[in-house]
Amino acid sequence: MSLLEVKDLQVRVEEREILHGLSLTVNPGQVHAIMGPNGSGKSTLSHVIAGKPGYEVTGGQILFKGEDLLEMAPNERAAKGVFLAFQYPVEIPGVTTWNFLHAALNAQRKARGEDEISSPAFLKKVREVAKSLNIPQDMLKRGVNVGFSGGEKKRNEILQMALFEPAVCILDEMDSGLDIDALRIAADGVNALRSPERAMVVITHYQRLLNYIVPDVVHVMSKGRVVKSGGKELALELEESGYAQFEDAA
Amino acid sequence: MNVVAKTETGRALGDAFAVVRDRLPGKGKIADQRQQAFEAYERSGLPHRRIEDWKYTDLRALMREVLPLAPAPDAAALDRATAAIKLRAIDGVRRLVLVDGAFAADLSDLGSLEKGLSVRPLREVLDAGDAALSAQAFASDISNPMIALNGAMATDGVVIDIADGTVLTRPLHIVHVASGTAPVAMFTRSLLRLGRDTGVTLVESYLAGEGAKAYQTHDGLIVAIGDNARLDHVRLVEDSVDAFNISSATVTLGAHAHFNTFGLTSGGHVSRYQLTVTCAGEGSKVETNGVNLINGKQHADTTLFLDHAVPHCASREIFRAVVDDRAHSVFQGRIIVRPDAQKTDAKMMTRALLLSDDAEADNKPELEIFADDVTCGHGATTGALDESLLFYMRARGLPEKEAQALLIQAFVGEAIETIVSDALRDVAIATAQRWLEARA
Ligand SMILES: Nc1ncnc2c1ncn2[C@@H]1O[C@H](COP(=O)(O)OP(=O)(O)O)[C@@H](O)[C@H]1O
Ligand SMILES: [Mg+2]
Repeated sequence: MSLLEVKDLQVRVEEREILHGLSLTVNPGQVHAIMGPNGSGKSTLSHVIAGKPGYEVTGGQILFKGEDLLEMAPNERAAKGVFLAFQYPVEIPGVTTWNFLHAALNAQRKARGEDEISSPAFLKKVREVAKSLNIPQDMLKRGVNVGFSGGEKKRNEILQMALFEPAVCILDEMDSGLDIDALRIAADGVNALRSPERAMVVITHYQRLLNYIVPDVVHVMSKGRVVKSGGKELALELEESGYAQFEDAA
Repeated sequence: MNVVAKTETGRALGDAFAVVRDRLPGKGKIADQRQQAFEAYERSGLPHRRIEDWKYTDLRALMREVLPLAPAPDAAALDRATAAIKLRAIDGVRRLVLVDGAFAADLSDLGSLEKGLSVRPLREVLDAGDAALSAQAFASDISNPMIALNGAMATDGVVIDIADGTVLTRPLHIVHVASGTAPVAMFTRSLLRLGRDTGVTLVESYLAGEGAKAYQTHDGLIVAIGDNARLDHVRLVEDSVDAFNISSATVTLGAHAHFNTFGLTSGGHVSRYQLTVTCAGEGSKVETNGVNLINGKQHADTTLFLDHAVPHCASREIFRAVVDDRAHSVFQGRIIVRPDAQKTDAKMMTRALLLSDDAEADNKPELEIFADDVTCGHGATTGALDESLLFYMRARGLPEKEAQALLIQAFVGEAIETIVSDALRDVAIATAQRWLEARA
């Protein structure tokens, strides 16, 4: 069974249709890349998969392990194993990263009927992951993303992904705002999480990221549709010829 | 003459005062002062919305009547009070208990008082006829009808004196308990006098015994902080959600004195706390902070009047209100900087968080500045929880109520963290936590 199946998805925002029948099938172990110009609906797709309020699904389906994802609250989706690394992670003053992650992990575990994780066990786990991503300890004591640089915010997203061990990871423009060193660290973090059971959907505007996270399948999105799918060579092709050809096709 | 339509209740209370007058402690001059205070109250009756200070808290509409005076607590009442106190016990404090408006010596920790500390029930002090002290206890401004009524009717309270140079490490904890089911009113008045170079922490709690519902607490606290003295004050209103708590505190600071106060209101159907602080000595510092956590049909009003009467004083206010359902939070903060009070540094910041469409928060900051060389500022905001933060948190697995709880904790945390004592800060955090859990 496929992990994530988006079937003919139609989505409106404030009376305007943004996704016009989008389909995508992601199997375990695969890395899919979604590329497309600004405004083509990539973030909209990621938000609808994660359950962000404000979007009206007017047609189609999203199945996760065969279950109807659209029926679930965002927190239920997270507990089932859907993870979205945000394009613009928010700042939450007054809620320490440490506290937030501990509460979130325990909420997910509770929803799955698992035991809560104790503070010492959690601390150990977070420390290991933080170290591998080059995230200093004191960042965990600060408010979530408060005063973090763009790169730190993205690394914090990867940290959460590593911590929650989701089945499907959707990474929305994780390369934006990262210099080459930061990009390499983040990509290494993502690659370390690749496994035969897990799937990734890497959303990006630029081909550059895909040199570090090499996809199995590449989709080109334009004006709310997938207009072409292919292997990793499609990304290189796009790099050379640009999106213009697809804009006309859409 | 000021003619104000008097409600039925006003008249009923007048009769009640005539009946109980002889039971109230203090004869001679005190009795005269009570009479004057009662007459002052009678001239206006319960305050209503056409009186500017009571615009948002119309007691005539909300409270309607002053209930009959609570009888002295019997053994069963004391047992119920004991149980209520136990549930909210704070470790390491010296507890002083008032049950139904009467000092309960048996429930209080009066043993081995520190050198320089004196604790006496108000009733005893008034009966003994300590003229100077009595005068101080009844000196407060009777232009506020509810403070006047409190003075007229006060049955008991605690009189605490801290001798010059005494620094107490063990906090004092005045606990007000309403013991039982009868809808009655209790009137208490307490006095705290800190000599020069003293330091103390005072906690005040208002609790309901099992079954205590629609009672009324009328309390007044009078505080004099001597030169170079410091008072840390934490006030927790956890009355029954059907109860009324109409209270005031009047605080005067000497030179280089420091007053840090924090109030948390989570209980009470209608509560009004009028805090009047006067910086009467140069170089004094005032921090008045507070949190309202209210829901249902609760109404909680904190009205602050801060008087910078002399130069070189600083004041800070941080106030946070979290309002759910149809509840109504009121914060009025009036700061006066007198013409002589140069180099005053006064800042006030109030923020309200509305958790439902029917929730209401009124913020009325007022600065009246008559000196020219001062730094003063205030800000006020009202809003809902940030949806984008909530979504981010839910996308990480937190159920909506839990995500809200974390954001609310952070919001009130900015005020709670001003409490200096770790132990008392933890008490305030636990109180907020209980409120959030009850909501979930
Ligand atoms: N909340 C919103 N309200 C109105 N229009 C929106 C909203 N979110 C996205 N859009 C519109 O939807 C289209 C797709 O946006 P988005 O999904 O962010 O694209 P991408 O991530 O590919 O750049 C854009 O035209 C954008 O203006
Ligand atoms: Mg986008």
